[in-house]
Amino acid sequence: MLSLLCFLLSLLFLLLLPCLRPCFSAKGSLKDKKKIDKGTYVVGEEEPPKGLRRELMPRHVAVIMDGNRRWAKQAGLLTSQGYEAGAKRLIEFAELCFKLGINTVSAFAFSTENWGRHKIEVKCLMYLFQRYLKSKIQFFQSKEIRVSVIGNLAKIPESLLGIITEIEDATKSYKKKHLILAIDYSGRFDILRACKSIVKKSEHGLIREKDVDETLFERELQTKCTEFPSPDLLIRTSGEQRISNFFLWQLAYTELFFSPVLWPDFDKDKLLDALASYQHRERRFGCQV
Amino acid sequence: MAELPGQIRRMSGGISQLLEQIYGFSRRCLFRVISMGPIPSHLAFIMDGNRRYAKKHGLEDGSGHKAGFSALMSMLQYCYELGIKYVTIYAFSIDNFRRQPEEVQSLMDLMLEKIKSLLEKESIVHQYGIRVYFIGNLALLNDQVRAAAEKVMKITAKNSRVVLLICIAYNSTNEIVQAVKKSCINTSDNMEAYGNDKHEDRDSDIEGTDMENQEKRIQLVDIEENMQMSVAPNPDILIRSSGETRLSNFLLWQTGNTQLFSPASLWPEIGLRHLLWAVLNFQRNQSYLEKRKKQL
Repeated sequence: MLSLLCFLLSLLFLLLLPCLRPCFSAKGSLKDKKKIDKGTYVVGEEEPPKGLRRELMPRHVAVIMDGNRRWAKQAGLLTSQGYEAGAKRLIEFAELCFKLGINTVSAFAFSTENWGRHKIEVKCLMYLFQRYLKSKIQFFQSKEIRVSVIGNLAKIPESLLGIITEIEDATKSYKKKHLILAIDYSGRFDILRACKSIVKKSEHGLIREKDVDETLFERELQTKCTEFPSPDLLIRTSGEQRISNFFLWQLAYTELFFSPVLWPDFDKDKLLDALASYQHRERRFGCQV
Repeated sequence: MAELPGQIRRMSGGISQLLEQIYGFSRRCLFRVISMGPIPSHLAFIMDGNRRYAKKHGLEDGSGHKAGFSALMSMLQYCYELGIKYVTIYAFSIDNFRRQPEEVQSLMDLMLEKIKSLLEKESIVHQYGIRVYFIGNLALLNDQVRAAAEKVMKITAKNSRVVLLICIAYNSTNEIVQAVKKSCINTSDNMEAYGNDKHEDRDSDIEGTDMENQEKRIQLVDIEENMQMSVAPNPDILIRSSGETRLSNFLLWQTGNTQLFSPASLWPEIGLRHLLWAVLNFQRNQSYLEKRKKQL
């Protein structure tokens, strides 16, 4: 009798097991979701603070990191220390943006016009880029951040070019977080370069002159490396209210945010203020109120 | 007794005329003082907020734009009195065609009326000797508006004192693409002529410089020359009213180093104080900007 009872209970257990399985595995499913969900953004990396909505986060934030030298002067430090503080701030800024769900961060690191600065200062900047990028390769790999460098790059030292190639190759497979550094960049030269490319293609019969339109043109700009070439938000620090020949075409509908704070002081709170301002704006794109 | 209301009206009319003259005189004195410092040569305006103004004051559709036009006339007067030679206004964007058809039609009607009024004797055009340009894809406008615009451009072509650039059916990316297309056409024409010369002169060593020539064919100046806005220097200041801080596809190529100013007032509320603030800020930053220009 007892063995028959055990047999019947075992049979019942086996029959009911498929129905009970989801209840046991429910707690584990959220953890598994993080591992399985490689194609989409990972939920919960950093919840936006109160007042900000995840669905209204910009996809691409651009920044003009102005004020490093003034910051150094105010703090009684060397200019090079101001630039170091600025570089450190950029990494923190980018990391926080990615945690908040922003896909692309682009930074105006060195303008074509900056070649006009003192030779020693320029040399110092080039050395800083080289040292910082080299030291951060592993960091970018561990955080799965793709790094791209755009700009003319004609006058960049060979050693820096080598590091740029290395870091781009090491991180090119990452898709969800993209850091674009504009070095020796000029918005006008970007447009000129796109124009030359179009002329060349049209001479080789690859495109017809009548096919040249805004969509085709945008694909020829250096920002073609990203899925979101046009920033939703541009932040410029230090109180200056100018674009300074950064992205020109790409800023057609970008929301501009000018902060009086110097770049090394542009911390998490200031970024959240900028994002809050962005999320409260009404973007009409020329249409209805 | 019956004459009293009429007398009061004449007196108050006289007083307001006097006050206006005193205000105008004070303003010109103030401009004289400000002119001791550098004055921008080119100001651009994005006249944003007309519809919100109408909504705010419970006015009917279209009244906001009319109020905006009055504000524009005042602003132009101040600019030309101050000695600013070029003024550009963003009157109608290509994107604006996507608005409700009734609103687009009402805007077109208003623009036609105002464009025609520019040719009247008492208009600001004659008062200040303004040369007017209409910048944009004019083919997108209806025949009447386009014809009126072309007439104004033709009649004012000889004026040279000050310039008004009205961007209508315009957006900057379209302007850049058109300039690039023209550059392409010019380049292929030049290369054809170059090719013909090559056949005539077989002795010169041209092959080695072919790649170099290919790269040098188009320069920045080629694109700039083909921009519709090449008739004016780049703006020194861009003012966008209503507090929005974005360019909305306006003068992207030209505003790389322009000072941006976005007062919170809606366009019909814009006044002298906003212009003064923008010019004073320009003067404050001028020495830095001159230094940068020398570096380039």
